[in-house]
Amino acid sequence: MIDVLIIGSGGAGLTAALAAKDAGASVAVAGKAYPTNSQTSMAQGGMNAALGNVGEDDIGSHIADTIKSAKGLCDEVMVKHMCENAPGTIAWLESLGVPFSRLDNGKSGTQTVAQRQMGGASAKRACYAQDYTGLKILHTLYDTCLKEEIDFLDEHYLLNLITEEGTVKGATFLEIRTGEVKQISARSVIIATGGYGALYHGSTTNAYGSTGDGVAAVLRAGGAVSDMEFIQFHPTALKHSSILVSESARGEGGYLVNEKGERFVDELKPRDEVARAIFGQIQEGQRVFLDVRHLGEEKLMELLPQEVELCKLHEHVDPAKELIPIQPVAHYTMGGIDVDQGLGVHGIKGCFAVGECSNAKVHGANRLGGNSLLEITVFGKLAGENATKHAADASSKPADDAQQQKDTEAVEALFAQKEIVNFYPYREKLGNLLYEKVGIVRDNAQLQDALKEVTAMQEMQKAMGIVDQSRANNQNLIEFLEFQNALLLAPTIITSAIDRDESRGAHYKVGFEQEDETHKKHTLIQWKKEATCR
Amino acid sequence: MQIKILRSETDTHQLYTLPAGEIPLLNALSYIKETQDATLTFSAGCRASVCGTCAVRVNGREELACAYKVKPGDIIEPLQYHPVLRDLKVDKHRAKETLLKSTAWLHTPQEASLTHSDEKLSERQTDCILCDSCYSACPVYAVNPDFLGPFALTRAYRYSTDKRESSTKNIIDNIQSNGVWDCTLCGECTAVCPKGIDPKMDITMLRGLSVQEGYQDPSFATQSFGTPDFGGGGFGFDPNAGF
Ligand SMILES: Cc1cc2nc3c(=O)[nH]c(=O)nc-3n(C[C@H](O)[C@H](O)[C@H](O)COP(=O)(O)OP(=O)(O)OC[C@H]3O[C@@H](n4cnc5c(N)ncnc54)[C@H](O)[C@@H]3O)c2cc1C
Ligand code: SF4
Ligand code: SF4
Ligand code: FES
Repeated sequence: MIDVLIIGSGGAGLTAALAAKDAGASVAVAGKAYPTNSQTSMAQGGMNAALGNVGEDDIGSHIADTIKSAKGLCDEVMVKHMCENAPGTIAWLESLGVPFSRLDNGKSGTQTVAQRQMGGASAKRACYAQDYTGLKILHTLYDTCLKEEIDFLDEHYLLNLITEEGTVKGATFLEIRTGEVKQISARSVIIATGGYGALYHGSTTNAYGSTGDGVAAVLRAGGAVSDMEFIQFHPTALKHSSILVSESARGEGGYLVNEKGERFVDELKPRDEVARAIFGQIQEGQRVFLDVRHLGEEKLMELLPQEVELCKLHEHVDPAKELIPIQPVAHYTMGGIDVDQGLGVHGIKGCFAVGECSNAKVHGANRLGGNSLLEITVFGKLAGENATKHAADASSKPADDAQQQKDTEAVEALFAQKEIVNFYPYREKLGNLLYEKVGIVRDNAQLQDALKEVTAMQEMQKAMGIVDQSRANNQNLIEFLEFQNALLLAPTIITSAIDRDESRGAHYKVGFEQEDETHKKHTLIQWKKEATCR
Repeated sequence: MQIKILRSETDTHQLYTLPAGEIPLLNALSYIKETQDATLTFSAGCRASVCGTCAVRVNGREELACAYKVKPGDIIEPLQYHPVLRDLKVDKHRAKETLLKSTAWLHTPQEASLTHSDEKLSERQTDCILCDSCYSACPVYAVNPDFLGPFALTRAYRYSTDKRESSTKNIIDNIQSNGVWDCTLCGECTAVCPKGIDPKMDITMLRGLSVQEGYQDPSFATQSFGTPDFGGGGFGFDPNAGF
């Protein structure tokens, strides 16, 4: 029986693994793909830390900016912990060899790390590595995990948590390569499976796999989720492919213009405000563009090489010479698994959650760009340490194989089930439905509609199934399981949005355009375990 | 438009019809899976050329499915020299093994004063997304499956040039066997890399560093010049010996 089982091998999972190992635990990291395939690779803009390398900055301002953007919904203790640990975390990443972009200032260590401005920040605070910040941090963490001989279980798809009397005992997985359901017992479990932005299929910057599997597993196991309605829309995604153009494009001086060439919003405002301003323009029939031409080709290639390439490839525009057509799309999920200040999952002992899947209440109603890479590394460390501490006192009596048997039967039932309705078009329908009715601007009538449609889809799900009968490497099966999780989470987003009769951060509701004191609280959802665990 | 995809179960190229128009190969594969054939198996993640999941071969050349625009008559196959798990999905675990053997990480970190030009020293190399395209293109794998290979060596080079590494010798020691000298410098890796990385050049640089550490080309060493072998015992080539 291992001490700490980590589920998810993105930036959060890898940091947690290194911390747990360092604290003396035996560790295994299970993920549905390979570690470097994780969505963390996609982060472009940067990672916040008040180093003050370019102009004045201090931790107090970082805390203040974060609290301001959270619109009354963050836990200030957690924000303080995150921001105070930011410079130390950059120093740690520096010691692992993260190739940050640099300043020529003759100094040493992290004092030479270049910093740029992101929306909602009062200083140039985001440390970056050109526009490959996530990629370079993720790969350096991975290299370090290899150095530390961390044990990886790749292509292991999390099915369910195993719990006994409210305490976690491990988890069940579908081993994708063989098709077998297996059980891994552990004294502590850390969930680091990423967000649920991919529910907005087709209208999201996220990777295909960000389907909220870990969040759904926690719900099924009797744990709580919170603030599910807070979905951040990124103002600038490429219009036709929904691929992100990093906020740093605006931070470096890019403008937003409409068809008439008019600017209509201060580009450096927080994401929710900029996204709504763009959405307003689109509703008026305007197309919206990002203009970075004045930065010049050389500067663009230096600061945003990835974006330049993606614009050429997917939109056929050269940002040095042409306007970039953009639209706001779903980007980040502030809500997720409800955790306490030690990242322990509300309702399941011994289970921790970290990264985009968890709601550590540092982002509140609206996340600041650059605070997520920070969260996954600072809190990844905390999760690893706390899970190790918990493991030291936890019972080492493994659970029986009841959950494994249940899940084996459930998978067998899926193979036996006739496919009457193809689920793929419904995955897309769900994405469109959420974008249109649970999107940037919401209203209660539309939310009610959306709930009805999702409930109908859940009914319809009984007629859906898989066509592929292969046991090994069945991606059709994995995608169906992901879709089931999406259908399970969608109503939690919609009902939370219905309950919140106010506008706050990323949640904006027509008829309730102001913040309302009575709603200055977290929305919490928890089910009774017996009724829901398959 | 029609394209052919190699299916592993039958080991034949299956013909699929796509709507006309310019789309990325990844979208075409998803379209086929969603509407025509749910058993077609491939891997994908970010669809933005950065997660390294989706590399395949198109008409015999490595491409990222999310970045390649489909053309009529294209023939799609899995990467070479990787065990095929199913259709276009291959086993990439070898990657981890070669990275492990190359010990591509910081061994003995020290604080350094890094500049903008130091950043540039490894900027390209650290763009690597571990897509495995270069492994698939490297002819050495046809004869030596134990070769460390282009990206592991590129990564070893990246760490060995890092000023934060106080002792590069460990890395250099670990890339001698089945490593830098086994490359034929054919440049196939460089030609296919979707991130514009030049592993061939990195390997050449590593050869230079190896020589500085006292190693020499083993194929050169095994040639007999009728003189005693200076290979062992501290008689290696000394770069500071006044040449
Ligand atoms: C395009 C883009 C740009 C961004 N730019 C920035 C930025 O500039 N700055 C910033 O701070 N943030 C940015 N973000 C946000 C940030 O990248 C993410 O929030 C962060 O990387 C999440 O890390 P994570 O480790 O929690 O999850 P992920 O990196 O998503 O990793 C999740 C892991 O869980 C695994 N997993 C998921 N489901 C299962 C399952 N069922 N079974 C087993 N394993 C599973 C996955 O395979 C993966 O390994 C960006 C996000 C996107 C999409
Ligand atoms: S070096 Fe290039 S081709 Fe090789 S794995 Fe890295 S990105 Fe892919
Ligand atoms: S240059 Fe070397 S590493 Fe690259 S493909 Fe040729 S033999 Fe392989
Ligand atoms: S899907 Fe990520 S590189 Fe193609």
